[in-house]
Amino acid sequence: MTGSRGLRSWLTTTDHKRIGLLYFYTAFAFFLVGGLEALLIRAQLARPNGTVVGAETYNQLFTMHGTTMIFLALMPLSAAFFNYIVPLQIGARDVAFPRLNAFSYWVFLLGGLFLNASWIAGPVFRAGVLNVAPDAGWFGYANLTERQYSPGPNVDFWLLGLQILGVSSLAAGFNFIVTILNLRAPGMKMMRLPTFTWMTLVTQFLVITAFPVITVALVFLMFDRFFGAHFYLPQAGATPLLWQHLFWLFGHPEVYILILPAMGIVSEVLPTFSRKPLFGYTVVVYSGVLIGFMGWGVWSHHMFSVGLGPIADSVFSATTMLIAVPTGVKIFNWIATLWGGTIRGTTALHFAVGFIAMFIIGGLSGVTHASPPADLQQTDTYYVVAHIHYVLFGGTIFGLFAGMYYWWPKMTGRLLSETLGKVHFWLTFIGMNLAFFPMHLIGLLGMPRRIYTYAPDLGVSSLNLVSTIGAFLIGVATLVFVVNLWRTRSQGAPAPNDPWGGATLEWAIPSPPPPYNFSVIPTVANRLPRWKTEHHDPMPDPPAAPPAPVHVPGGSWWPPVAALGLPVLALAPLTHHLWLAFLGVAITIYGIYRWAFEPFEL
Amino acid sequence: MTHAAAVHHTSMGLDSRKMAFWAFIGSECLLFGSLISTYLIYKGKSVVGPYPHDILNIPFTSVSTFDLLMSSLMMVLALAAVQRGDLKWTKIWLFATAFLGILFLGGQVYEFSSFVREGLTLQTNLFGCTFFVLTGTHGAHVTVGVLWLLTLWVRALQGKLGPAQAVTVEISGLYWHFVDVVWIVIFTLVYLIQ
Repeated sequence: MTGSRGLRSWLTTTDHKRIGLLYFYTAFAFFLVGGLEALLIRAQLARPNGTVVGAETYNQLFTMHGTTMIFLALMPLSAAFFNYIVPLQIGARDVAFPRLNAFSYWVFLLGGLFLNASWIAGPVFRAGVLNVAPDAGWFGYANLTERQYSPGPNVDFWLLGLQILGVSSLAAGFNFIVTILNLRAPGMKMMRLPTFTWMTLVTQFLVITAFPVITVALVFLMFDRFFGAHFYLPQAGATPLLWQHLFWLFGHPEVYILILPAMGIVSEVLPTFSRKPLFGYTVVVYSGVLIGFMGWGVWSHHMFSVGLGPIADSVFSATTMLIAVPTGVKIFNWIATLWGGTIRGTTALHFAVGFIAMFIIGGLSGVTHASPPADLQQTDTYYVVAHIHYVLFGGTIFGLFAGMYYWWPKMTGRLLSETLGKVHFWLTFIGMNLAFFPMHLIGLLGMPRRIYTYAPDLGVSSLNLVSTIGAFLIGVATLVFVVNLWRTRSQGAPAPNDPWGGATLEWAIPSPPPPYNFSVIPTVANRLPRWKTEHHDPMPDPPAAPPAPVHVPGGSWWPPVAALGLPVLALAPLTHHLWLAFLGVAITIYGIYRWAFEPFEL
Repeated sequence: MTHAAAVHHTSMGLDSRKMAFWAFIGSECLLFGSLISTYLIYKGKSVVGPYPHDILNIPFTSVSTFDLLMSSLMMVLALAAVQRGDLKWTKIWLFATAFLGILFLGGQVYEFSSFVREGLTLQTNLFGCTFFVLTGTHGAHVTVGVLWLLTLWVRALQGKLGPAQAVTVEISGLYWHFVDVVWIVIFTLVYLIQ
């Protein structure tokens, strides 16, 4: 149906590897946008009484920074690896539903563009540019988000954009659960799955259970704002706490949706570069599953300052401290994996070890929030900002960078420069600690978050300046990474099948893999198929060419068409044109019917 | 849906589409769970009427509940017919299922419009908000189910729905029964236990 090159082949692709690359480049672009927003925030806060941006722009910047990084950068960067790596790790030719996978990507792209269009959409709403981006925080607390208090289209962009993105995440969730459970190569039992694949599975279960909850919360908000309902309006007897409960019922599992994939990546990188199997594989897997379950029982620790009462506070305090146990178990297992190993100090390993160190700091400050009395002092201060960035930057981003250096040669056939990689790592490492460590102190000294400036006599001016310098250092580090990606396109050393000596199946096939992945589907006999251990010899590599032609599904236009209907539908309430709603639904239904009835052999 | 019943090897021995659908139903439980919880949390919190006991018509809704339950029976019969390759009864039962679904939707349209006439809208009070959004979401699910069943019915009319496609009917049945079960929960919690 489609050729292998050209724009058309990318628009219609259903190949999990291409979709993985699309996810990567798109999410990385959003990561740069979110980073730019962070730099503007830090420029504003570099000096007291800063005048770089005004209060209203600042509100939009921190809201869009959080929303972008969580929904448009970290989740889809993880999705890039789910897409590219998971089918290879389980010995499959593709995901279970290749077209649904393409649909997830296009919905994500369109949802991201929809959200970011708010930056320039001002004139459409008779407002200035930089006036209508979401501005109520990434957590969008009711009842600030009600029409009465946020009359502009800002919050509308946010709640509609997040609903679009939810569709993408849910569709991908079902797809990867089925892929991992059902498409494993012969002999690939559940307890032989690579750790990254296991953590992907746990993550997807969290996605399909957590996203419906925020969808409902957003639907309520939508009804309040557009149709005059009052789900969050106290005047009508409602409680704005309903939003907080629904949001954090989603929001805390979301934290694990963000960190578990990074934990999975680190659990792949450490064994490879220590030349030792992961210490306590079974315990690491079960800890991940346990974190998935317990992640559902801690949400109210985001709400201690609400005053839920001593019983609720104690219960959620205890569960929150308890969830640190399986997390700590993983950390000890990673350290024990390194211990006594034959360590190769690659950039991927640097980031993986950096992950452990930074995540310990973030985890420890997290345990301090678990105590309600301490938390009351920390709530809404920069201390919480420090915590979230140690966990999500020092944790998730470090893990994702480890994955990028580790799997980039598999994904593109070229090795990233290790020299530039080390520069990237050290600048990031120093920059992140300069940027985020002082925030602990700034917070404890009493500086509230989400406030666009501060007075000189608060005594936090020099710490803020250090933090800003750190943030710009991270910016420089990211530029180094961009240069590294760019120069690798033409000058990177060609990657062999297995540049690192990895134990898992993705290293048995060419870099980048052919469209059909495995010339012959491998039969897996143990958990480390490519390694020689005291119990077994390495698995023989599959033949260079398939013995018989392998059927590869052709592309399809209908996933992008079906995806296109969603932002059109979302434009209807935003612009008050009912016909757009009918048009959007018609496009999506048309796409789905063509999709259902086109010939497409898996 | 046009796939021939390509029997792919799967690790769990379960058709991938069916497994995905079970996962989807699990996810839907959280969606309806959140909506129903909200209804229960806001029960009795409305500051103005009309209140549930002023307006809910239990005899009428019992009839439409019975109608939806019967549609589940028709669905079971449709699946049995398609599995034994009986095209005639496949057509009849699929249409009957969809028809009872349409009847249920008609009942909901009547119920909603009579409530609006009696002064209960989305804007009236918390009962109105939670009631309309909960039952409206359920009604939207029934609508999707009806479209799906009618699509399968058209395929059957075209003679393209044999035992090889039985799994697609089975999956639509999973969906239909789930939507039915959700209604039983809503009927019990919203109408019967006031």
